[in-house]
Amino acid sequence: MAGNRFNSFQNYGVGIGLRIPHYDHIFSHKPAVDWFEIISENYMIDGGRPLHLLDQIMEQYKVVQHGVSMYFGSAQGADREHLNRLKRLTKRTHTPWLSDHLCWGSIDGTYSHDLLPLPYTWEAVEKTATRIREVQDFLEIPIAVENVSSYAEFTSSEMTEWEFLNEVVERADCGILLDVNNIYVSSVNHDFAPMDYVNAVPAERVAQIHIAGHTRYEKYILDTHDHPVIEPVWELYARAIERCGPTPTLLEWDDRIPAFEEVHAEARKAEKYLQPALSQQAEPELTGAAK
Amino acid sequence: MNLEQLQRAMAAAVMQPLTADEEMQPHNAAGLAMKDVASEFIRPNDRLTAFERLEIYNRQYWFRLQSTFAEDFPALRAVIGEERFDALANAYLQAHPSRSFSLRNLGSKLLEWLSDNPHWAGRRAELAIDVVRVEWACVEAFDNAEYQPLTLSEIAVLGLDSTVSLQPHIQLLELKYPADSLVLELHQRQRRESREAGARSDSDVNGSSSNTRIRLRKKATWLAIHRADLSVYYKNLSRPEYITLAALRDGRSLPEALEAGFTGSRMPATNRVLAVREWFTYWAELGWICQPLVAESGINSKVG
Repeated sequence: MAGNRFNSFQNYGVGIGLRIPHYDHIFSHKPAVDWFEIISENYMIDGGRPLHLLDQIMEQYKVVQHGVSMYFGSAQGADREHLNRLKRLTKRTHTPWLSDHLCWGSIDGTYSHDLLPLPYTWEAVEKTATRIREVQDFLEIPIAVENVSSYAEFTSSEMTEWEFLNEVVERADCGILLDVNNIYVSSVNHDFAPMDYVNAVPAERVAQIHIAGHTRYEKYILDTHDHPVIEPVWELYARAIERCGPTPTLLEWDDRIPAFEEVHAEARKAEKYLQPALSQQAEPELTGAAK
Repeated sequence: MNLEQLQRAMAAAVMQPLTADEEMQPHNAAGLAMKDVASEFIRPNDRLTAFERLEIYNRQYWFRLQSTFAEDFPALRAVIGEERFDALANAYLQAHPSRSFSLRNLGSKLLEWLSDNPHWAGRRAELAIDVVRVEWACVEAFDNAEYQPLTLSEIAVLGLDSTVSLQPHIQLLELKYPADSLVLELHQRQRRESREAGARSDSDVNGSSSNTRIRLRKKATWLAIHRADLSVYYKNLSRPEYITLAALRDGRSLPEALEAGFTGSRMPATNRVLAVREWFTYWAELGWICQPLVAESGINSKVG
């Protein structure tokens, strides 16, 4: 499997999110899982059971950190305590790359604990890219930013979401965690063609891909991570693999979590797309090289 | 509107309390129509107005914080009832929105806030405050640091002017009610119901213990909530033991701590030596005592 400098050239396969309801199964059955993604904030603590269990998981499995509160797009500076704790955790997990979201979520020291969308403006491009560079320099590991699902668009936006993403990652020189479910959710909420988004992403920067399910309401879709992946999202995933080559892939299932086997089986459907790409050794459609 | 101004405007809208029907308020605190506020920065589409798009975030914000708060304080919910708990949660979260990157710290100001605003807990405010003390102590004991403990023989050779520290996971509580047994029972019931509900996290599980009829008489209680073998335990303490531990935690020397502990105690002097020996033996067995904590000094080596 082809890696790139944004995922430390790691050849990871298909992983799932490490969730508490699955601990018993994992420790008692030791299932063969390519890798687990952990939510960094759940382990940025001083001691106790969560860290102990994480150490046990790491004895047998590869682990990658995924964050939910770095808020690269927040207009104000980073929280130093957050960064120090995050760095301590990266030294514990040896995560080969670290991801968080292309969004904002805090202002004046108050946290929303949500992934709030950014206006696609040049000011936001500059500020977000600067923040990503600062965090990447401090943590000394590659960072991948994830496109979020959104339910609102801003009157001040000056470009499309994918143009914004491309500008940010080029200026920050970072990787992308491409969430194809989020692309689908936002495409329905904002009336754009999701394949245009997948086709526009700089494939050589994609470090990881997220797949997930969502909930459809009458007038919009919510990114709930509580259902299997739907066919149109698999089609976006297939196209992403075609463009990027075999890429570390992770299924997110965070609410109404079914049994481990069900989650793992859903994740392994991705192998249908990854394996042919591996066996044919097909050249991915990487458009240009990352600068 | 620059990025910072936009984010401040959106945060104010998103964090504004919902109506009783869990919708976005029609007006903000300044009396402006929220449909006009939303239209200033949110674009509508052919299905949703700017107000409705902003409302999705407003609802998500409150639902997330309310569910986290309810998970951290299930016994408080059972003691004061579901309706009063929901009102208390909204009032607290409005007064103390999250100031931490982690939702783990969401309830960190609840004890202080409820002590200043006991009317939110109704006629059981004193019991509710004790329950909050115990439930928040459980959060702290669960994942606070643990340092290399001192052994009994290491403690025995300490000089008279020596100071020691308690492990950061140990929480010392002085209560008016024996709220520990109540919280323990309610937490166990919650865990049992969660298991019975399977791995799926159905939201209705949280509310099932709120009909409990709770009767508890006042009784002065001294408690240590601590972690051992990765689990949180409660240990009842005598008053002298509690005061001695609190003095050690606060950096007093061993003789000062013991003097404080026995001030006003009716325990005969002949029994005190034996009691102190038993305390230290027990504390050393549980690994409660460690070197004085010095921030970032590297003196304390962390366990785990």
